[in-house]
Amino acid sequence: MDYIYLDNAATTKLHPKVIKKMNNMLSNNFGNPSSLHRLGINSEKEIKNARENIAQIIKVDPIDIIFTGSGTIANNIAIKGAINRLKKFGNKIITTQIEHKSVLEIFKYYETQGIDVIYLPVNKDGLIDIGYLKKELDDDTILVSIMAVNNETGVIQPLEKIGNLLNSYENLYFHVDGIQALGKIEVNIKKANIDLFSMSAHKIHGPKGIGSLYINKDIVIDKILHGSNQEKGFYPGTENTPGIVGFGEAIKHIPTNDELHKMKNLKLSFAKKIQNNITDVKINTPTNNLSAPHILNVSFSKVKGEVLVHSLENDNIFISTGSACSSKKDTTSHVIKAIGIPDKYKEGTLRFSLNKDITKRQLDYVFEKLQNNIKSLRKIMG
Amino acid sequence: MENLFLIRYGEIGLKGENRSLFEDKLLSNIKYSIKKFDKNLSVYKTPGRIFLNTSADKDIVKESLQKTPGLVSFSPVEKVDLDINEIKQIVLKIANSHIKDDSKITFRISARRSNKEYKYDSMDLQYDLGEHIIENIDEDNIKVDLHNPDLDINVEIRKNFAYIYSKVYEGIGGLPAGTNGKVGLMLSGGIDSPVAGFMGMKRGAEIIPIYFHSFPFTSDRTKEKVIDLAKVLANYQNKIDLYIVNFTEILKEINDKCPDKLLTIIMRRLMLKITEMIIEKQNGKAIITGESIGQVASQTLEAIKVTNSVPELPILRPLVGLNKLQIINLAKDIGTYEISIRPYEDCCTVFVPNSPETRPTINQVLEGEKNLNINDLIKQAVNNVEIININ
Repeated sequence: MDYIYLDNAATTKLHPKVIKKMNNMLSNNFGNPSSLHRLGINSEKEIKNARENIAQIIKVDPIDIIFTGSGTIANNIAIKGAINRLKKFGNKIITTQIEHKSVLEIFKYYETQGIDVIYLPVNKDGLIDIGYLKKELDDDTILVSIMAVNNETGVIQPLEKIGNLLNSYENLYFHVDGIQALGKIEVNIKKANIDLFSMSAHKIHGPKGIGSLYINKDIVIDKILHGSNQEKGFYPGTENTPGIVGFGEAIKHIPTNDELHKMKNLKLSFAKKIQNNITDVKINTPTNNLSAPHILNVSFSKVKGEVLVHSLENDNIFISTGSACSSKKDTTSHVIKAIGIPDKYKEGTLRFSLNKDITKRQLDYVFEKLQNNIKSLRKIMG
Repeated sequence: MENLFLIRYGEIGLKGENRSLFEDKLLSNIKYSIKKFDKNLSVYKTPGRIFLNTSADKDIVKESLQKTPGLVSFSPVEKVDLDINEIKQIVLKIANSHIKDDSKITFRISARRSNKEYKYDSMDLQYDLGEHIIENIDEDNIKVDLHNPDLDINVEIRKNFAYIYSKVYEGIGGLPAGTNGKVGLMLSGGIDSPVAGFMGMKRGAEIIPIYFHSFPFTSDRTKEKVIDLAKVLANYQNKIDLYIVNFTEILKEINDKCPDKLLTIIMRRLMLKITEMIIEKQNGKAIITGESIGQVASQTLEAIKVTNSVPELPILRPLVGLNKLQIINLAKDIGTYEISIRPYEDCCTVFVPNSPETRPTINQVLEGEKNLNINDLIKQAVNNVEIININ
């Protein structure tokens, strides 16, 4: 079956070379990296290569990279490890209203533990207000966690400006959820003074069940898991060698600058077409340089997002909604709420997320189906 | 190890000439539900009792028997020869297994003798067996209480064997599923309709659930939810054929041609019509719904009247006397609640009118339906119905 997959922010299809590499690990190179014999050493070497590949892309020392079980686990190791380490110096932590659940829920947890939590609001583009952050920062603040690219709208936060602001505070760590950013935008970890940077393989055509965390060697965080010494003791347990190697291979195939440029242009002209040809729409993704090339979030009035998703699925087009279909409760996503949206758009939010292989022809087809479905659904629901 | 279970049934005994039909159905239902765990089981009847002999795990058997309509109670039982010494030995073993070192328990022996030729009568047995226990267990640990004992050891003397047990587990009672014929069940993903289906099965009906799917307005996850509900219901009648009707085109037509405030009523009328067409082909005799008076706009007495008149088959509403909380508790007992509350909501809410008519009349509804051009759509829906066999 031929289909068009525009849900790459949810997960991606494995790159063929990743499959080949992993297949070899699963079939032949199955040794435990901790074993003393040759099979163990072979596995250890493969992990070393994967670590170096990631370090090279994000321009850090490979020694500062650990592998984890997922992006969510990387966020947990970073945030909990930082707070537990620094809580003797202060009692305030700062994040944004539009973080992924895997960050927000940790902050909510610490809120119940008596820590002061600030959730920074965002403007209509989804950007935080630097002035607001500056006002909140004080000597009591021990952690700031801000995502690089938002998973729903694609908005990019000004990490270098934020990093510069944090630089003058002692006993304050800067965590960045880079899961949607990896391979899509350039993040300068050194220049932005980032201490902790979370990543995930399955957003870049690598396997599920493997994430990674950059931990600046100049900082110390507590361990939240305890066991043997794998991954410097931060993520103990026998290494997921096939996953790690798959991650290391996937990161070799991230889009080139030209490909990213092309992706961005395709996305923008698709957005423009929607805006010019369909009435009553609101583009939630900033269409200037403030958004990542792969994500476009749009709200339509007089349709339900989930019904649109299912209708397009009938045309073999796979996308995502911004909210679940429900008449009983308000299920508008916290991100869409935070950027502020008129009531009439609240239920009809869609997210299109591209990869480098998506073509103009495919997007033209998607547009045609989108327009038809909206037309007939509005007739029914309007 | 094989375990023997003594199974009691109540109402079947009242059914006169149908008695053996009912017994055989209960027998085969029990066999069907345990067969999955033990191919070599044996189930047989003796006058007034059914016996199950199986090597399946005791807890699994217990759980299965507790889900079998028509079964009033059951006991794990020891079967021994009619030798008084053997009987004494087993009775003492049972008593010993209940003794705790630091406390005293009370007991009695309840003996029955349907085999009147046996040389001891009930009184003799009770006395002799009781005495045997008291003589062999420390008096700090056990004593007799004839009225309210902790442990009641039952001894039944039948024709060839004695049956001894001390535990009685309750079943759900009622009549064996399938002994009263087939009925259609209008099954949605909600809390009420699975409970209504259970009530029908408990009274001997074999239910045929029918679900109306409206993709893309309803998620395929709702369909999965309904399949899971049908799987739970299948535990009570062993196998179920779930019928899934594609309702999308009909829904669109209703939405297009009928007055907004009558949408839900007309939708229900057409669902009943389709249900009847499907059920009649299966020789079904009635339709069960999860309706309860006044719960929602389409369940006022006026609304029930205009939907009730659609099918010729009787519509049974077993939940009519229950409150929501009672329905929820039943759903929890039968194991459907956790599935029903999964969050994939019925997007048919798309078609819920803003102000539904709560006092519709039949003329008003007929007038509202007059522009519908729907007979072909209904035929199509019935002919293309998807059937999922659940064992």
